[in-house]
Amino acid sequence: MAHLPILQVILPLLAAPLCLFLKRPKLVWLFACVVTALTFTISVLLVQQVTSTGVISYELGGWAPPWGIEYRIDALNAFVIMVVSGLSAVVLLAARTSLENELSSNRQTYFYALYLLSLTGMLGILATGDAFNVFVFLEISSLSAYALIAMGKDRRALWASYQYLIMGTIGATFILIGIGLMYQMTGTLNMQDLAERLPEVAQTRTVFVSFAFVVVGVCLKLALFPLHLWLPNAYAYAPSIVTAMLAATSTKVAIYLLIRFTFTVFGLSFSFTTLPLNILFLVLGLLGVFVASTSAIYQQNVKHIFAYSSIAQVGYMIVGISVGTAAGLSASLMHIFNHALMKGALFLALAGVMYRLGNVQLKSFQGLGRQMPLTMAAIVVGGLSLIGVPLTVGFISKWYLVVAMIENGWWPVAILILFGSLLAIIYLWRVVEVAYFRAPNKDNESVKEAPLGILIPTWILVLANVYFGVDTRINVQIAQMAAENLFGVAP
Amino acid sequence: MVGVVVAIIWMKDLIAVVMLLGIYGLLTASFFMAMDAVDVAFTEASVGAGISTLLLLVAIAKTKRKEHPSRHKPLLALLVVVITGGLLIYGTYDMPIFGMADAPAHTHVAQRYIEDSYDEIGIPNIVTSVLSSYRGFDTFGEVVVIFTAGLGIIGLLSTVNGTGTRKKLPTINDSIEDQHIVLRIVGKILIPFILLFALYVQFHGEYGPGGGFQAGVIFGAGIILYAMLFGMDIARRVISQSLIQLIAAFGVLLYGAVGVVSFLNGGTFLDYNVLLENPVAGQHLGILLIELGVGMTVASVIIIIFFNFAGRKGPQQISDDLGA
Repeated sequence: MAHLPILQVILPLLAAPLCLFLKRPKLVWLFACVVTALTFTISVLLVQQVTSTGVISYELGGWAPPWGIEYRIDALNAFVIMVVSGLSAVVLLAARTSLENELSSNRQTYFYALYLLSLTGMLGILATGDAFNVFVFLEISSLSAYALIAMGKDRRALWASYQYLIMGTIGATFILIGIGLMYQMTGTLNMQDLAERLPEVAQTRTVFVSFAFVVVGVCLKLALFPLHLWLPNAYAYAPSIVTAMLAATSTKVAIYLLIRFTFTVFGLSFSFTTLPLNILFLVLGLLGVFVASTSAIYQQNVKHIFAYSSIAQVGYMIVGISVGTAAGLSASLMHIFNHALMKGALFLALAGVMYRLGNVQLKSFQGLGRQMPLTMAAIVVGGLSLIGVPLTVGFISKWYLVVAMIENGWWPVAILILFGSLLAIIYLWRVVEVAYFRAPNKDNESVKEAPLGILIPTWILVLANVYFGVDTRINVQIAQMAAENLFGVAP
Repeated sequence: MVGVVVAIIWMKDLIAVVMLLGIYGLLTASFFMAMDAVDVAFTEASVGAGISTLLLLVAIAKTKRKEHPSRHKPLLALLVVVITGGLLIYGTYDMPIFGMADAPAHTHVAQRYIEDSYDEIGIPNIVTSVLSSYRGFDTFGEVVVIFTAGLGIIGLLSTVNGTGTRKKLPTINDSIEDQHIVLRIVGKILIPFILLFALYVQFHGEYGPGGGFQAGVIFGAGIILYAMLFGMDIARRVISQSLIQLIAAFGVLLYGAVGVVSFLNGGTFLDYNVLLENPVAGQHLGILLIELGVGMTVASVIIIIFFNFAGRKGPQQISDDLGA
């Protein structure tokens, strides 16, 4: 039990090279599913342990921090770890069926190995308490993500992946520069230790610059407006499974990093009082919501629609962070959980469409409401959750976000958030209208329901959207606990 | 260095650009050397000046030599670069003076590394102690990064496994193969020494600058040289693609296994102290094993990258195929 924090990360890590020894794609898929299921189990155990006994610290290599590297699990990262590993496990279930039509079988083994590595990278970023270790695992998750995206069937996937590679590398380099400057000023890389030593030198320009580099680098990764340009194409042209996984997890990890650096490492007073970061986040977050939602309305590719919607959702999370109160932060954390469920369900449903139609252009959706009832119903429920209709998880996070705004006296912001949801209704309505109220075109008349291999994982996530919208013990309570812990540390 | 960079930006001939990049790498290495960071300099020399130049050359051989003329003026990009550079310079104002003994970077964590690492780990090269023991998990991560890169390359570039129709792949090296007998003989004499040097660097990392990363790169470069001189087909017969993948995977597993064994023995992950009765001997064994894992993965990934690039047809050959 004491080794849970490290097992969380090295289990998928060591499983990745083992995939190459197994070779046969079907076997590898089965193996990867078992591994991700175990990883998810570990994450649930970790959440239990953290909520009952508090912060867990694990000294890697037997060296006490700050000399060695420390894994440090608190409510915040245990929560995000659970989201990431849970979603990755469910999405992977659909991978075998979905890949049949999207990737040649001799490349599938590499696909699963890279998938596990990508998961490893994200879990490593989440679990560690060491700033440089973050960078190392960031590289693992990004490199594997570039390769996974480039495996898309469409030739444009290569270009999309290249764009992401350039932007992602700039982001990672900025983070590295920031960490280097921090080390120079404090002589330590351990986050806890940094948090203690940074206030002494907080007034120097070097620390100011290092903070700027870290924040800009992380914001590139999380696709905060206006640094989001890499995201829509990367999501649209990647294999459907990769889209579902990245959309559900990767931006969440970047948001976690932002929270970790602004709240734990630099501290709330430095981030929000010395620097006008809250205003900046508020403005960019709201702009992101409106610009991305408006762009989503004009897209013709359904994956593009949901990709722009993801950028908008990131906007909401950033707005929640910008308030600088425990209520706002916990709303953002809930939205991490909830948005992962929504987008996982939506993109898996699209994987089903992709399997049957070979594309996800809006115009090919004509009449699919009758041809693929279960898949389209999944899109409708996921969409309602995205808008924030009561009884879905979307409602929970919007509700807490609006309440946090009002508590803080930010009435106009609360109204703008509700207005943003109206835009979501418009772009979702376009999909629904085409699917349910148009007669099927000739090519679509023989289209059947998506295979069970994709339908089952999709509906697991759809039902989770409803379940956690009613029974809010897990998402709300842990998010609130995590947020309160962060504010307990930072005076 | 500034001169070289400006030249790189102005040049249109890509081969010249690659050569200049190599020079830039070498200059950077010398710069690190002047700052007394021998290990970093060694890595930079083998990676920046050595292997990346080689890979870029292969990439050019597969594509075209000249840059596309572009009329687009990247003013916005220039603005971003200027702001970033300005910020970096602004940030240097409050930095501690270079080489100052009481700078925070020297007095906090590093102090223990310098003063106690010999007693705790028992090897004289502090850089190796920090890399492979105090921060061994970072190094593990780096190895996985390299492994990921290799996997990504195979996943993207591997052609359909032609077990049935195995025709001779035309490669860039055919001309060398036929004509340059002098090169081949000199190469044949040099390659064993390069491989031997790689092994020396591998096992000497505890005492002098070196270790798995540099050794892997040098070893890989030796094999690549062999492939270039004697043709891809012969090289592939010596080292098969699937074997080399398994070696890469095995390197990562070896590193990980050391970690797993150490927590089975009652320590934490990668705690070498518990590997043997005597903690210092345990550290020795652990470092030796993980460096071996690093070397294996790095060397095989470099060979994988080269094989997959060089095994692909260039635009010239594709058009030849279409014509035939």
